[in-house]
Amino acid sequence: MTTRSPVIELRQITKTFGNFTAVHSIDLSIGESEFFTIVGPSGSGKTTVLRMLAGLESPTSGDILLRGQRINDVPANRRPTCMVFQSLALFPHRTVGQNIEFPLKIRDVAPAERKQRALQLMVQLRLPEDYYGKNVTKCSGGERQRVALARALAYNPDILFFDEPLSAIDYKLRKTLEKELKDIHRETGKTFVYITHSLEEAMVMSDRIGVMRSGRLVQVGTPNEIYTSPNSKFVSEFIGDVNIIPVRLNGSNKLHSDDLGAEFVAPGMPNGFSAGHLVVRPESLRIIDRREDAENVLTGKLYNEYALGSRIQYQVRVGEQVFIVERLRQQALNKQRDSDVMIGWNARDSILVGD
Amino acid sequence: MAEAGAQAAIATAASPAKASAWRLRAGPANAVPIILFLLIGFAAPLLAVIGYSFMPPRTFGLWQAPTLSNYETVFNSTSYISFLWSLGLAALTVILLALICYPVAYGLARVFGRWSTLLTLLFTIPLFVSENVRLYGWILFFIKNGVLLGTLKSWFGIEIESWLFTEGIIVLGMVYVYLPFMLFPMTLGVSMVPNETRDAAFDLGATRWQVFKEVDLPLSMPGIIIGFLLSFVLAVGAIAEAKVLGGQQIIPITHDIEIAFTYAQNWPLGSALAVLLMLVIGALVLLVLRRFDLDVILGRR
Repeated sequence: MTTRSPVIELRQITKTFGNFTAVHSIDLSIGESEFFTIVGPSGSGKTTVLRMLAGLESPTSGDILLRGQRINDVPANRRPTCMVFQSLALFPHRTVGQNIEFPLKIRDVAPAERKQRALQLMVQLRLPEDYYGKNVTKCSGGERQRVALARALAYNPDILFFDEPLSAIDYKLRKTLEKELKDIHRETGKTFVYITHSLEEAMVMSDRIGVMRSGRLVQVGTPNEIYTSPNSKFVSEFIGDVNIIPVRLNGSNKLHSDDLGAEFVAPGMPNGFSAGHLVVRPESLRIIDRREDAENVLTGKLYNEYALGSRIQYQVRVGEQVFIVERLRQQALNKQRDSDVMIGWNARDSILVGD
Repeated sequence: MAEAGAQAAIATAASPAKASAWRLRAGPANAVPIILFLLIGFAAPLLAVIGYSFMPPRTFGLWQAPTLSNYETVFNSTSYISFLWSLGLAALTVILLALICYPVAYGLARVFGRWSTLLTLLFTIPLFVSENVRLYGWILFFIKNGVLLGTLKSWFGIEIESWLFTEGIIVLGMVYVYLPFMLFPMTLGVSMVPNETRDAAFDLGATRWQVFKEVDLPLSMPGIIIGFLLSFVLAVGAIAEAKVLGGQQIIPITHDIEIAFTYAQNWPLGSALAVLLMLVIGALVLLVLRRFDLDVILGRR
């Protein structure tokens, strides 16, 4: 990935509300025209970070820089940034056209020019032209998303912020809108900063992802980096179904699991590692016939299977622990429930992480 | 016996149409008591007043030949002055209330936080005391050698004419008495404006004033309109303020109606005045509701 010049930077940003520290000393640099997504569970401080970037909240300490200029004290209405809110925050007493034209009206743009720009944006966002005079409360969820985005684009900001705008939308439409948003990002060339609690959503759209946990940025990287080399148990779990085995280093430089009573060959080990978690993705875990087929092997019972469309997921129980194995539909396993199965993986397909 | 019961049950089950017809009637049947109560307690007196307004002057029967002579008397008299006083005082009261209440409502809804409950309580407590008692309290406050003027005189040696029995003091009394009726609907209106919508307008470049004009004001309009209507209708019907604080210097229309019913013993004339007052207020309210459709303001239509 090419390095972009930073457009907005956070330096040692901390935000406290009373005794509660929502954001702990975050350092982050977002590049020009980048699609950056902050992911984290609710309460991780991601919305607070976004509101500080937008100027709706001011940091307790630290600096926010826009192209090198400190903008801590510039209020939201004077920043070249614009936010699409979780609730969309459309003006219910105005039409679609009036909503989109709002930022232009504020800048005293002539009515004819306003309308022209609004209609232009409506075409770009695939809103029918006759929606111009439609009451915004009568629009469907997807149409409102587009109106909110059109209104933000009418402001012509350098940076657009998104506060989980797709969270209230059903799965199929969300998938469509995610792709549309990525297309709009490409067409406009603006910097997008998006927050979501769904890493899946982040993976689809983002150039880079920052994972937040309890007010701290725990990992920043490309979707591929986050997926293939999570730096903690938290990040690896956040991606979705994953197999995690608590392990400790034993005398013979191998990993020992007390729960499973087994020993594993370790992948590359962080410096000074003594105990942590071994992460194996469901697609890296294989159901094997012979012990020699993999470096690490466990024996368990087939508990259940789930069809996931193109793939099939198997649940295998080894002692108390449940393992998830995924296979392509064409390689479906022909085995009864509760039959013995052998699962295995090679060391290089696993990742060793701390907490 | 049990067999007959079972047969009846079968019969009921066999005719579901009959059962649902009974269920449909259950709703209106349950409404009968309240309808009767409203007819006797609300509609009947109103109809009686309307009926009396068409009876010959100074009579007390409702079943005589109707006449328009009461309305003729009203239109040929100087009652319009009383109408104008009532409407004028009410309008002034409502305007002052709006100016006083909006900032307080804004504070209650957005600024004061957990103190809002206490403040709301403080605004409500005076309602527990009779209006007349509270107005006599103001008399003690403003009367010559009273709380205000007496203190000024004995502490600072300043002597001022008492403001009692002036138009100003009547308006003060009305603003004081009707404040909660403007404040609470307004507070509700202001608290209905979503924070994110205000943030969005600000973020899109609007100044604080533009946010107020474009978002706060239109979105809190339902509460403001209801506060306007409620306090205006009540203020037009005000009588005690002019009688107690105004010392009967000004005769509002309500006072005229009272005189006609009591001292003058002319029920038909009083009724005609009351009907005219209802028509004037009704027309004004309808006009306001046509101009500000609450559903449109709320985006429900």
